[in-house]
Amino acid sequence: MLLSTRDLTKSFPGTIALDRVNFGLKAGEVHALLGENGAGKSTLIKCLTGAYRRDSGDILFEGKPIFPQSTLEAQAIGIGTVYQEVNLLPNLTVAENLTLGHQPTRFGMIRPRAMQALAQEMLAGYGLDIDVRRPLESYSVAVQQIVAIARAVHLSGRVLILDEPTASLDAREVQMLFDVVRDLRGRGLGIIFISHFLDQVFEISDSLTILRNGRHIATHPAADVDRMQLITLMLGRELEEETSVRYRPEVTGTSADAIRFTGVGRRGRIAPFDLTVRKGEVIGMAGLLGSGRTESAEVLFGAVPSDSGTVEDANGAVDLRNPRSAIAAGFAFAPEDRKTDGIIAELSVRENIILALQARQGWARPIPQAEQQRMADDYIARLDIRTPDAEKPVGLLSGGNQQKVILARWLATNPRFLILDEPTRGIDVGAHAEILRLIEDVVAQGMSILVISSELEELVAVSHRVIVVRDRRHVSELTGADVSPDTILRAIAAPHTTLEAMA
Amino acid sequence: MLERILMASVAVFSLGAGVAGAQTIGFSQIGSESGWRAAETTVTMNQAKERGIDLRFSDAQQRQENQIAALRSFIAQGVDAILVAPVVATGWDSVLEEAAEAEIPVVLLDRMVDSSPDLYLTAVGSDLVHEGRVAGEWLVSAANGEECRVVELQGTTGSSPAIDRKKGFEEGIAGADNIEIVRSQTGDFTRTRGKEVMESFLQAENGGADICALYAHNDDMAVGAIQAIKEAGLKPGEDILVVSIDAVPDIFQALAAGEANATVELTPNMAGPAFDALEAYFADGTMPEKFIQTESKLYTQADDPAGEYEARKDLGY
Amino acid sequence: MTGSTLLRRIAPQLLTLAAVIVLVSIYYPAFYQIVYVNDRLVGIPIDVIKRGAPVALLAIGMTLVIATRGIDLSVGAVMAICGASAAWSIDQGYGIGAALGIAGAAGLVCGLWNGVLVAFFGIQPIVATLILMVAGRGVAQLITGGTILTFDSDTFAFLGSGTMIGVPVPTVIWILTGIGFGLLVRRTALGLLVESIGVNLRASTLAGINSRVLLIAVYMGSGFCAALAGVIATADIRGADANNAGLWLELDAILAVVIGGNSLLGGRFSILASLLGAMIIQTINTGILLAGFPSEFNLVIKAVLVIVILVLQSPRFMPYLELLASRFKRSSVTRLEAGE
Repeated sequence: MLLSTRDLTKSFPGTIALDRVNFGLKAGEVHALLGENGAGKSTLIKCLTGAYRRDSGDILFEGKPIFPQSTLEAQAIGIGTVYQEVNLLPNLTVAENLTLGHQPTRFGMIRPRAMQALAQEMLAGYGLDIDVRRPLESYSVAVQQIVAIARAVHLSGRVLILDEPTASLDAREVQMLFDVVRDLRGRGLGIIFISHFLDQVFEISDSLTILRNGRHIATHPAADVDRMQLITLMLGRELEEETSVRYRPEVTGTSADAIRFTGVGRRGRIAPFDLTVRKGEVIGMAGLLGSGRTESAEVLFGAVPSDSGTVEDANGAVDLRNPRSAIAAGFAFAPEDRKTDGIIAELSVRENIILALQARQGWARPIPQAEQQRMADDYIARLDIRTPDAEKPVGLLSGGNQQKVILARWLATNPRFLILDEPTRGIDVGAHAEILRLIEDVVAQGMSILVISSELEELVAVSHRVIVVRDRRHVSELTGADVSPDTILRAIAAPHTTLEAMA
Repeated sequence: MLERILMASVAVFSLGAGVAGAQTIGFSQIGSESGWRAAETTVTMNQAKERGIDLRFSDAQQRQENQIAALRSFIAQGVDAILVAPVVATGWDSVLEEAAEAEIPVVLLDRMVDSSPDLYLTAVGSDLVHEGRVAGEWLVSAANGEECRVVELQGTTGSSPAIDRKKGFEEGIAGADNIEIVRSQTGDFTRTRGKEVMESFLQAENGGADICALYAHNDDMAVGAIQAIKEAGLKPGEDILVVSIDAVPDIFQALAAGEANATVELTPNMAGPAFDALEAYFADGTMPEKFIQTESKLYTQADDPAGEYEARKDLGY
Repeated sequence: MTGSTLLRRIAPQLLTLAAVIVLVSIYYPAFYQIVYVNDRLVGIPIDVIKRGAPVALLAIGMTLVIATRGIDLSVGAVMAICGASAAWSIDQGYGIGAALGIAGAAGLVCGLWNGVLVAFFGIQPIVATLILMVAGRGVAQLITGGTILTFDSDTFAFLGSGTMIGVPVPTVIWILTGIGFGLLVRRTALGLLVESIGVNLRASTLAGINSRVLLIAVYMGSGFCAALAGVIATADIRGADANNAGLWLELDAILAVVIGGNSLLGGRFSILASLLGAMIIQTINTGILLAGFPSEFNLVIKAVLVIVILVLQSPRFMPYLELLASRFKRSSVTRLEAGE
């Protein structure tokens, strides 16, 4: 093994980001690292490159333990990294970028000729014919990527980590990059490749390692795994026993009092789609990360307003220009990223709970202190929010409790349509079950819910029907007996099926 | 371009012919950062009009490069002489040499440059130390040998007017043992700070009872301080003598109201002496002194302050 | 906020103020003397609360702006604009009511400009308000015609140098404004909403807060406070000095907010603490004038004191102080017990 980890563990307050992860990279292979958001990929990379310090476990380079304290040290050992956002200086020349920090000098002065020669030499073999004296920014992102790779390979030379290198490249540029990667593999480098594009993963990788919730799930030769298996491994099927009892109350509403979205969408984010939400209905939404799930939710809530279509209910058109009007229409949205989009970390649990209701009432009609206290205590008890008191800053609570506070915030507005984007991600099993139970409770009272989740069993357990999203389109809708993890997986994985074919 | 060369040659010709009167003089002003500067501009224009001079005015807006460009343009236009109030002291050598080559005399107004004196005809300016001395000497005579505790409002700390006016005043009162500066603080040349600092002086000196006179490095601070004195229940001009420098219109109002006692003029008329010197030079080649000091005239309540106010109020102060 | 939590919040500022007063009175023992002459209170503390009026007023608005994670560098220039507008109106014979109305409107318009740049165009507050900081003084000079625009109105001058039952009018104005803003943000939900957008703008917007309108309102509040400060500064010297009115006061106002223990990263804020910060700064300024050091030392002394205050209030140092306080408490308790 060129580079390997043994029982590598890293935790942050509230979560274990890496839990005894074993990983091995051979010389001369391209090894893909796969997992949904929060699986632990970037934490693993940051531990390998010295950006994070591990809590426990070993990192072995050619069998010897190493302790990189910074990316520079990791580079010196032989581990170089290239990120999605090129980490070079766009206004310097290609040559300066390549040689920065180790320019050939004489008496302390940089020798421009020698620097250019060195840069030419570093770029040799990458199939680039560019003028190294021009600023880096005058070239395409793909060329910049390759320059970054050339620099990383020159400085480290043994292991190359590519973190989402193709995210902003077009198909031709991807091929250009892959030619370089294959060539480097031929030269005996070990390459770790991270990407959300499964086609690319299968095209370039020799081995696959799948992480989920900070744990190592599997490592296979790429040829032994198919798309379906890979997605199954990535999304996991852990909840099977726990939520096997399906509790799905009857949908109480009729199509007459439903909210009807017709042809809503947003150019470049999610293709126009139709959706009818009846009272007391739970609609699941499944799809891989970046498939358009969150984008759908943002359109439905007016966070990124729709640029087409209409929304109507029994009373006529519904205004969804922005979150404020959506909330006025009785909508609520618990976003995927709690930290940046959900909680107001510095404010207390009480203030976080009353926030949406207060915003809807307007600044001039403050909720009386006693009423705030009563609401906070009520929800703390009802949702079993673990906090010493209602005045604790919400940022100090654990992830699961933060999620419950956000749910409380929305329940306090008594919405008719609640959108939950990954409501159970990154929270412990106990809180997980409680949140699912809560969904059932409020649905029984006639609330409509849209749940977006990567946990298929969870979706199956709570949803009346499931919409599958792929490549920023709603590709199929599963109802009745079709609502099962297997059918969902197949719909997500099917590379070229259409809505009609699935139905 | 051709036009410029043509104009320049015409100008050289006219100079060679020694045509008097109807002269063209370029004036590069720093800008209009203060009321005094605006008054200087107004007075210069008035002086030029009176003498029948065609004044070409250029406002540099506090930038030396604008001034240098203006001077080059004057040289290209072939003016008969150039007045310049330099924004900084350094960096004038080459453009002054160009003027000398074109045989255009340059007169510096109000501020000096670091170049060789050969490169300009003369400089007209006031002597800041002298101004302070005039104010000090006035106070010595006004105190008339009696014990007098003076508070001083300095200009912006470290600026040359603040340093020199302080030095001059101290020279003026040297030898008069009855006069003593008991408190001295900066008022930043502004009314607000002048008032604020005067308030603290009054507090610190027994409600003002222990202060005999105020010396302010400019009139604006004195105007602010006068208000502070009035608000403390004292009569400025009687309970506390007020002497300051600059002679701006507002201080004449105070003089007329008996609330100030004396001001030393920093005349905005730098152009008058400059034009005089140029006329003499053009007439028979008389070389003026290298520094022409303007008069630092003392005005008191006896010098028709109301009239002086009327004469000055429209100068742009 | 209950009484005891409020006291805990402003305790560092109260202690600092006390310490600064003690320090000044070492150099000037008559500090505490207040007498009543000519229908007005006279004394150093009165000077402090009068002279501190502009910075105190600016600090009120600045506290709210900073709570939204913004900053308003333009307040000094807005003071000059509003002071000039007021003096111009009086000079034109419009009367005191119109003058105050025009000055207040000018402040609100300046705030609207800043707020729109920040909220709608997404320009960084420091850059957005820098524009008016630079251009505003020019606008003020246009109004005054480049000179010190003096006016003759005792009613207007009363706002700068008059007294009400012995208390200087500027003091009355800043205290009433402070109470007014305090009630406005704490008796309504405004304070909570402002803190919320300061901590997390995106999450607040998703929770239904009209963050754009709120941001604009906050900058307009700051502009209004600057207008009041400008009116006072102008009335004080009976003239509008476009070049010098409010010059560098934006920095003192920011400093007051920081000394008041408000984070520049936004969120929780206390107007009262900022006002105490303004008084701390003014006590230092007045103290320096009284102490009679040469002018060259003014800025150095102020800087040293400010650094000491900020270091003592820093998160690194606070735990030590609290430890010291608890030890002191314990030892005084044991002493008491020993005494009994």
